[in-house]
Amino acid sequence: MQEFLSHLTVFVLACFVGWQVIWKVTPALHTPLMSVSNAISGIILVGAMIAGGEALLDLPGKMGLVAVAFAAINVVGGFWVTQRMLRMFRKR
Amino acid sequence: MTSLPAITTVAYLVASILFILALKGLSSPATARRGNMLGVLGMLIAVGITLAQPQVQAYARIAIFAAMGGVVGGVVAKKVPMTAMPETVGLFNSFVGLAAALVSLGAFHKGEHTGTIGSIEIFLGVMIGMVTWTGSVVAFAKLNGRVPGRPITWPGRHALNALIGIATLGLGVWFVATQDAMPLYLTVIVTGLFGIVWIVAIGGADMPVVISILNSYSGWASVATGFIIGNDLLIITGSLVGASGLILSIIMGRGMNRSISSVLMGGFGEGDLAAGDASNVQAQAAAKGVNIGDVEVAAELMRGAREVIIIPGYGLAVAQAQHPVRELTERLEAEGVRVRFAIHPVAGRMPGHMNVLLAEANIPYDQVLEMDAINSDFPETDVTLVLGANDIINTDALDEPSSPIYGMPILEAYKSRTVMVVKRSLNPGFSGIDNPLFYRENTMMVFGDARAIVDAMVKELKSAAVA
Repeated sequence: MQEFLSHLTVFVLACFVGWQVIWKVTPALHTPLMSVSNAISGIILVGAMIAGGEALLDLPGKMGLVAVAFAAINVVGGFWVTQRMLRMFRKR
Repeated sequence: MTSLPAITTVAYLVASILFILALKGLSSPATARRGNMLGVLGMLIAVGITLAQPQVQAYARIAIFAAMGGVVGGVVAKKVPMTAMPETVGLFNSFVGLAAALVSLGAFHKGEHTGTIGSIEIFLGVMIGMVTWTGSVVAFAKLNGRVPGRPITWPGRHALNALIGIATLGLGVWFVATQDAMPLYLTVIVTGLFGIVWIVAIGGADMPVVISILNSYSGWASVATGFIIGNDLLIITGSLVGASGLILSIIMGRGMNRSISSVLMGGFGEGDLAAGDASNVQAQAAAKGVNIGDVEVAAELMRGAREVIIIPGYGLAVAQAQHPVRELTERLEAEGVRVRFAIHPVAGRMPGHMNVLLAEANIPYDQVLEMDAINSDFPETDVTLVLGANDIINTDALDEPSSPIYGMPILEAYKSRTVMVVKRSLNPGFSGIDNPLFYRENTMMVFGDARAIVDAMVKELKSAAVA
């Protein structure tokens, strides 16, 4: 219970931070916002690596490895395509 | 994971801050690229410290699977055309959902995460992950045309959804009580099915809301797995993404004057339009008393103008007309015309869709204005050129209380001296309603494909400049 409550605290505070930061994003960059959030949702890679990286390859390990592959698509693809888009935005 | 060494906790904190800074960078195009690089740095730190954890040992295995995913992601990122960004984002959302469902199921089989709170967390991780996954796959298929964009509905749809809701709740109770594999895998099936029936019922033009909501869900899916494996980095990052998608859906909902829940109920709109054949279109329009203009007249009018505003819509993306539009802009500027672009919040198929297309065509972002910034300038505008947009300029939204789009904020193109609407036919937009703007005195319809028409306008201006 104690552990849950400490995670809950972090969760609630993070929601507030997200709420404040995202409203400041300029509407012109809403598409890059979505692609970069795809990239950082790839953080699930961390959970997948922990599951898939154990020495013994059991069923959870196999599921973790598949998740590693999909999360890696997001991380690499998300950051890359965002950078590609942002390079196009230029001033007169 | 309960007793992480201090260094890991600090590294996760640093990564979290870098992700927040990455999002903060997007408040202006000038700081956005640096922000993105900070995000990359945050990810490298997070991955690096995770690899240093004692229980992570099978480096070769991880490297192989991460490399497979990385290569796929890299190829997609490098190759995807900007017009296809909406479905790409949809696809990326789906992968997060799938990964979250897999990690949650894995944690269940590991059997270390038990108790009432633990099993609720696993159940939520599986549920949100599955809905995000299958819902996003359907959104992807709709956006790239593999599944029809129109809402696919059937009688008893709402009853079926309610039934799925009750079944899911029941499965949740069953799973928490027994912590058995059976109810959990039934949840996989039922919630996966729900993602499909939910999204197929929503029309193509409501996709900006759908894609934002699914983006949000992908964040909440990460949060759920963060709770399951006791990892604050996942919780923080997931919350940021969840908040981002939620805010975007609120903005999109306001742009359409529709509640998010009404969009999510589905069944609205006509979806993609079929083009009529050209001669028929002209004859029908003439019969309805529409002013029909040709390219020559249109080009001449713009050439003589001082102020021109271009309103792009989804039709611009479909016709891939962004590059010819840049040429048109340059031609007009060479003649001393000031050209600006007006962007409606829900133009296109995702938030910010038009801005990216125009940026791709090398149109400077300070020439591209949001609705609130430019709406007061229409009365002083000589020519407004509408390219493949319809509902976002429909005057019924202002003065026809019986209209389904009444109350939606619009770009007030009708106030400019002349409005030129380039469209394939008089067919109504996604909402399936006629547009009185087309029949106004100061409106001129130019029928045809946006790209072909703009190309022809450029040609016309070129020859006029020579002569």
